[in-house]
Amino acid sequence: MAPSLCAICKTERAYIKRPKNHAKLCRECFIRVFEDEIHHTITSSKLFYPGEKVAIGASGGKDSTVLASVLKTLNERHGYGLDLVLLSIDEGITGYRDDSLQTVKNNAVQYGMPLTIVGYKELYDWTMDEVVQTIGKKGNCTYCGVFRRQALDRGAKMLGIKHVVTGHNADDVAETVMMNLLRADLSRLSRSTSIVTGDNRSEVKRSKPLKYAYEKEIVLYAFHKKLEYFSTECIYSPEAFRGSARGLIKQLEKVRPSAILDIVRSGEDMARLVPGESPSSCGCKGQKAQAPVAAAVEEGIGGCGSTNGRTPGGEMAALDKQLRENEEYAELEVDVTKTILKPKQGEKETQKELPIRTASAPSKGGRQVLGQCKRCGYMSSQEICQACTLLEGLNKNRPQIQI
Amino acid sequence: MAPEPETMPISVDFLGGLDTLFSNKTSHTISLPLLNPSDSSPANVGFLISYLVKHHLKHPRTEFFVQGDGHLTPGILVLINEADWELEGEEECELKAGDKVVFVSTMHGG
Repeated sequence: MAPSLCAICKTERAYIKRPKNHAKLCRECFIRVFEDEIHHTITSSKLFYPGEKVAIGASGGKDSTVLASVLKTLNERHGYGLDLVLLSIDEGITGYRDDSLQTVKNNAVQYGMPLTIVGYKELYDWTMDEVVQTIGKKGNCTYCGVFRRQALDRGAKMLGIKHVVTGHNADDVAETVMMNLLRADLSRLSRSTSIVTGDNRSEVKRSKPLKYAYEKEIVLYAFHKKLEYFSTECIYSPEAFRGSARGLIKQLEKVRPSAILDIVRSGEDMARLVPGESPSSCGCKGQKAQAPVAAAVEEGIGGCGSTNGRTPGGEMAALDKQLRENEEYAELEVDVTKTILKPKQGEKETQKELPIRTASAPSKGGRQVLGQCKRCGYMSSQEICQACTLLEGLNKNRPQIQI
Repeated sequence: MAPEPETMPISVDFLGGLDTLFSNKTSHTISLPLLNPSDSSPANVGFLISYLVKHHLKHPRTEFFVQGDGHLTPGILVLINEADWELEGEEECELKAGDKVVFVSTMHGG
């Protein structure tokens, strides 16, 4: 097969076929286009302001490594004036995180960015190794996910930083849209599609500059720029539910690569229909003065999203909890079939008065109100935040110290 | 005794966590038969994949590399001499001695 030429420069040989539009590009043009699109996302959504101090949530994996590299490049090329630092979380997983943290340390030197590592042990007095020893592998991703969210906030606060960027890519967002559709979680659907989460009252806002970047292109960017990243699967079983959503997304991409961005856009459109939520999409559509933000506290409960789904994990536990909560709301709903069914003959059914949903009744899809956890003081939509609730359970079950 | 089939050296790299399926080794040099014995057609990437599965995949979870139908699991990128295999005809791309094939999983997070 004769090699094709790059569709942009028309001189170099094409090495990349872009999933979003099938364009065939050479290495240099691909890298440039990839960076230009992230720049477009950043400027059209007005993600940053000059002089802003931004922490990059860095795991050593491909996404955060590419994010750090691209942000450094764009910050210098376009004069964003950002003060970029790396913020890593040490979950305390021997043989996994200690290895990937080495990658982050190397990145810190290569990119000339200061690195801060905050550990679950210092924050919660538990390592994930200890959590798994206590509760087993099943469901441990829920703990890890809840702890990590808060750990990133607390790490940023320690550094006096109000903005954390994460490496979530288009595939991740599409996957989350599918998961939230499957479990009919409207408010999380809305939050997960927002490019910025956390509002003015929350102390730390988060954003996903790679939200419209294909995972395939992130991997190819890392490959052709020869970026060093860590790609070992977490040793504690990833979650089956996210795993199957991920498999589905990858199958769809194989059939029609644009499906991924289509799902992201559909998620944004559906999120707009959720009452009380204000989702954002690529700012170039609306050119609003400021990136709209959606309240987010526990977005992405249940782990890291690194998967191949082996055993049912935290997602299923969370889903189960959600379903039980739904049952509580079920009595507020009017079952139409019941009103039509006539009582059987001779049966003196005392017709129960059907409860009618009023305007003041709690609405599941509504906006969650951000407050503070009464125990630890960090932002939470409940009296006691999820992290503290999980810690309480853990501490009750801490194995007796052997003498 | 049947004569040994003629082979060619192919360099194969497994990245993005796929090395764990292939003896925890990233770089391999494979002696690939010049012809696919099933139909005597010139060796292509599809044949390389089935050859790797048969002779080098030493892990019970083969579905992380190939699906039941023998095709590569979606989410794995293939680069042939650094070019996306989608530009080279995917499984139909014929290989020659010294070619470098890279398999990169995109599925592993951080």
